[in-house]
Amino acid sequence: MESSAKAGKRHTGQTLLHARRTSRGVWAQLKKNRFLYLLLTPALLLTLIFKYGPMYGAIIAFKDFSPIRGIWNSEWVGFKHFEKFLTSPNFETIFMNTLKLSAYGLICGFPIPILLALMLNQIRRRGIKKNIQLFLYAPNFVSVIVIAGMLFIFLSPTGPINQVVSWITGSPMMFMTDPEYFRWVYILSDIWATAGWASIIYVAALANVDPELHNAASLDGASLLRRIWHIDLPTIKPIMAIVFILAAGGIMSIGFEKAYLLQTSMNLPASEIIATYVYKIGLQSGDYAYSAAVGLFNSLINVVLLIGVNMIVKKLNDNQGLY
Amino acid sequence: MLIQNSPFDRFMLVCMKLFLLLAVLVVVVPFGYIIVASFMDPTVLLNRGLSFHPGDWSLEGYRKILSNEAMIRGFFNSVWYAAAFSIITVLVSIGAGYALADDSLVGRRTVMTMLIITLFFGGGLIPTYLLIRELGMLNTPWALLIPGAVNVWNIILARTFFKGISRELKEAANVDGASDRIIFTRIVLPLSKPIMFVLALYAFVGQWNSYFDAMIYLEDSKLFPLQLVLRSILIQNQAAPGMIGDQQAMAELKRLSEMIKYSSIVISSLPLIVMYPFFQKYFEKGVMVGSLK
Repeated sequence: MESSAKAGKRHTGQTLLHARRTSRGVWAQLKKNRFLYLLLTPALLLTLIFKYGPMYGAIIAFKDFSPIRGIWNSEWVGFKHFEKFLTSPNFETIFMNTLKLSAYGLICGFPIPILLALMLNQIRRRGIKKNIQLFLYAPNFVSVIVIAGMLFIFLSPTGPINQVVSWITGSPMMFMTDPEYFRWVYILSDIWATAGWASIIYVAALANVDPELHNAASLDGASLLRRIWHIDLPTIKPIMAIVFILAAGGIMSIGFEKAYLLQTSMNLPASEIIATYVYKIGLQSGDYAYSAAVGLFNSLINVVLLIGVNMIVKKLNDNQGLY
Repeated sequence: MLIQNSPFDRFMLVCMKLFLLLAVLVVVVPFGYIIVASFMDPTVLLNRGLSFHPGDWSLEGYRKILSNEAMIRGFFNSVWYAAAFSIITVLVSIGAGYALADDSLVGRRTVMTMLIITLFFGGGLIPTYLLIRELGMLNTPWALLIPGAVNVWNIILARTFFKGISRELKEAANVDGASDRIIFTRIVLPLSKPIMFVLALYAFVGQWNSYFDAMIYLEDSKLFPLQLVLRSILIQNQAAPGMIGDQQAMAELKRLSEMIKYSSIVISSLPLIVMYPFFQKYFEKGVMVGSLK
């Protein structure tokens, strides 16, 4: 409607309708909206170059990359690099490390923001609620380097936590070097850093619940926990579904940044994940093609996972999925 | 309040409040420890732990960190990277968001799909690195500022905002004969200050806190942002590389590297800590608008 109002200055409605069906109509559209296209251009160009460019560049995963011959002229080798990865002795460890780290992280981390939001929702005094939120959100703004640095400080064999531990058990726990502890350190610090912030959307959704619902339920004798279960939880269920899809779909795309920082030569059996492996073989050892193949393999798993999880959630959630 | 709480309900409420208090403590105590430790004499801290005795306090950590050339340079590098990145991000996102919010724009759906695909699928680390190298952006700040400037979430955020700007307003301006350009610069831009602010904040914090791109694209340590300098201090335990000599120097170096850990954390987090309470509601707003899709 808006477009016809714009064009109405020059055309009658009829000619516009006619013009729209022809290719000249499209051209006229382009011309009429040229300012909007101009505004869109930077984002479009950057996306094409820096997002779709590398997708094209990913074909080196199927080639024997030679820096002299360049991406295009290097020799095709098919799935050689993929086979090499899938049959390498490291494959199982790295794959399972990646999967475990994020699956455990999802299982432990997913309920916490929901619990926080449900509890925050029970705080009636707005000032107090705001202050609690202020503190709980803060760690989200701390850089991953500082978080890792703090972990090294607090969990070092002589750090404050181990002073307590050795006082009780007589010997310090090797949090940062024993592979057994790596996942716990990673996951718990992740919850510490992100759970507060992740509760925002739940808190906001809960704020929209009509208080009359709670009053009525209370008059009917519903206890606090029943009201939370039957009123608050259903309110945030669709959001929970979306958050879960996104998290589960991204389960194999767990980030490089923190895992790499927390890696020590001793905890590698648990801390080497696909992302850090890709970095090491690619940028540190310079095996570009093989590394690109490992990365591409990982991306493909992610897409499949996301589609799969979305289908499952759609079934469970009255056809409400992500797309 | 009409709600009648049974004794059990009241007990549950107290439990919830205690849990929240515990959560706040879990967040606050580590920061508090770092801040107190940063003002302490490192020898005392190493041997006896935290102390509130005035004789054990020292500003040496801050003196050392503020005279650390790499740290100061990193700080200012980060300030300008974050500021420049914010400006570029805002310009790109506002333009795209505004254009894509117009339902009459031909090709709008195709572009949206193209953008959303990039959320779920990418070429990966190595092809991206090779592209940056091919473009000659390696070891230049551009590698940090340009590729990340287009962010689909930001564009969706801006688009949602512009969809909310009354269409009648635009149509009225149209009828008055104003061109798209005039409408955008005279009417829309002044109205979109809040969204620009939110986008800029996110971009600033994101750039300030990131280290990965700098680590893989930058070689010249003069270009390093603060986070990379911090990494060498906190993770790699290098207070001052190239200073390792005899035993005594080693011990001194260890003491120095322990000492500046705390003060460097405080100094590097200071800008965000100061900003954060004032801007909290804008950050929240960003999450809310984005999650509405």
